Formats: sequence, structure tokens, C-alpha cells
Amino acid sequence: MIVRILGEGQLSVDDAETAALNELDAKLASAVDAGDEAAFRRALNELLAQVRAVGKPYPADSLEPSELILPHEDASLAEVRQMMTDEGLIPG
Amino acid sequence: MSVMKRVTLIFRSKANKALDRMEDPRETLDYSYQRQLEMLQKVRRGVADVATSRKRVELQMNQIQQQSNKLEKQARDALGAGREDLAREALTRRSSAQNQLNDLQAQYASLQAEEEKLTVASQRLQSKVDAFRTRKETIKATYTAAEAQTRINEAFSGISEEMGDVGMAIQRAEDKTAQMQARAGAIDELLASGALEDMSGTQRDDIQVELDRMGASNDVEFELQKLKGELGSGSAGELEAGAGEAPAGSAQQARPASSSNGEQALPAADVGESAIPSADPQRAGDGT
Repeated sequence: MIVRILGEGQLSVDDAETAALNELDAKLASAVDAGDEAAFRRALNELLAQVRAVGKPYPADSLEPSELILPHEDASLAEVRQMMTDEGLIPG
Repeated sequence: MSVMKRVTLIFRSKANKALDRMEDPRETLDYSYQRQLEMLQKVRRGVADVATSRKRVELQMNQIQQQSNKLEKQARDALGAGREDLAREALTRRSSAQNQLNDLQAQYASLQAEEEKLTVASQRLQSKVDAFRTRKETIKATYTAAEAQTRINEAFSGISEEMGDVGMAIQRAEDKTAQMQARAGAIDELLASGALEDMSGTQRDDIQVELDRMGASNDVEFELQKLKGELGSGSAGELEAGAGEAPAGSAQQARPASSSNGEQALPAADVGESAIPSADPQRAGDGT
């Protein structure tokens, strides 16, 4: 599948990695729910690091949409919360 | 709920909404392509803006570095003159300047990182826009309207995702740049007002004032002796009585009226009465 890390571009990730990513995603979700900034930062870094580790850069001139879109690396908890609702995600 | 899935969902729906569909799919293609070109311009402008901000911070870093060097020299001079109190004050201010410098260095690094990110983003978008243009021409040439719609949707979802991503990156960079500019503006004002020369916020660079005064009092003595020597050889010792100041002023006023003998007028006024006949009424009045 194709995964996009916002601000970094698209990566091709083997479907077999999905379970591991879901696990990290669950940690991230509980940190967001709890409003725990430190845990959030840790979980986001871990998730992105995992995607980068197992993913291969997808050709920049491809017009394929991504199956998963992940927040940018320095996104704050508040920003990610915004990204999960309808507000303030894409300007214009 | 899963963060990844939620973000993906929202992002995708927003990105797709951002591209307006037109009745004729071929028109939509051209319109979308225009939007893409605009976005490319925008991201390039973003890179330029960040670069400008970065250069401004660099300039300020240089200015503060100079200030820090100056304070260090002042501390040295003060210590050389046996003024440990002044030296201590200079070093205290130097440490404030150094803190400011560290802060600016962090800002500089952050702007540099932002600039790099945007540059890469603009290259990525460029690749996709090029790909889209090729696809657009193929679609226009090859397919019927109904088929075109499917192909267009495929091409759109990829490009609109990239557009959304780049749009966010530009927004972030703009926010960061605006913050930096506000801070940079404040530092510029401080530098312009001279307040940064005095990190402790008391008087304007009073260390230099004091060092100058210590140096100046020596210079004044020297100049005074020199003047005494010069005048002493010309007219007599009357100067020392202190008659020199007021007439010197009036001699300068008199100069436009009688510029040719203005030079001679100074000693003439000092000496007073009969010496020079050409003295004008005004000066004569002052002399008494």
C-alpha cells in the first residue's frame, strides 16, 4: 500500500506491515485521547520511524492516491486533533 | 478511533472538495492544471519568503556577535584601567548578548529546515504536475467523455492529495515565518534604538561612556595644553582668565558678515578694544 507522511511524500509499504502500524497507531490514538503530550510525541515518532524504516520512497511523478495519510513529524497534539476533525486541515 | 484512518479520511475528503468539478471533464482538467501551476508558484514564493527571513536572522546574528565582541573588548579595557566593576558589567551584558545569539541560532536552524522541506515539496509537486500534464493530454486525446471522467478522477485523487499536502506545508512555513518576523522586528527595533548595546536595560551603553570619559579626560588635558601652547605663543596669557568662550561664539556669528577677516576676528575679539579697526558693531558690543 502507499502511505503518505505529510510534508515528506509517499512511501510504498508492504501490506504485511499493516498489523505493526496499527499497533503503533493505537498507542498514538490513546495518547491523543488522553491529551498526553509526551506520550503523543513518542507514539508519533515511533509510528513515523516505523513507516520510514519499512517503506520505500514512491516515485514522485506517480499520480496514485495514498491509502494512509500520516501527520507531519512536528505536528502538535492540537494540530493532529484538528486533522481528525473537519477544521483547519487544508487551507483554501 | 485510529488516528491514521481518521486523518486519511478527512484529508481526502477535503482535498477532493478543494478541486471544483466542471461540466465538461476536459475543462476540469485544464482548470485543475491551472490551479496546480498556481500552487507551484505559491510554494516557490514560500521558499523565497523563508529564505528572506533566514537572511534577516543571519544579519541580526552578525550584529549581535559584533556587539558581544565589543563588550568583550570593553571588559578588557576596563580591567586594564583597573575598573573591575565596569568589566563585570560588560561581561554580564555580553552573556545576555550571547543568550540572544543562541536563541537566534535556533531560529536560524529552524528556518533553514523549513526552507529545505519546502524546496523538496516544490520539487515533488513539480514532478506530479508534469505527470498530470502528460496524463491530461493523453486523456483529452484518447478517451470519450465518459471514459475521461474515470481517468480524470484517478489522476485527480493523486494530485489533489499532493496539493493538499503542499498547501499545508506552505501554511506552516508562513506561520513560522510570521512568528520569526515579529521577533526579528523586535530585535531590529532594539538594535536601532541602541538598547541592545545595554543588555541590562539601564542607560545607553554607559560602560563605553565611562571608558570614553576616562580616556577623554586625558585627551582633554592634552588638548588643553596644546591650545595653551598655541595661543600662548601668539597673544598673551589673557586667555587663561576664561575670556575665550563667549567671544568665540560671536566671532562665528560675525563670519558671514565679514568672511575675509573672520579668521583674524577671533583673537581680535579676545584681546578686545583697539587692536583691529574692522571689528563690526555687533562684536564690539559683545566685547564689552
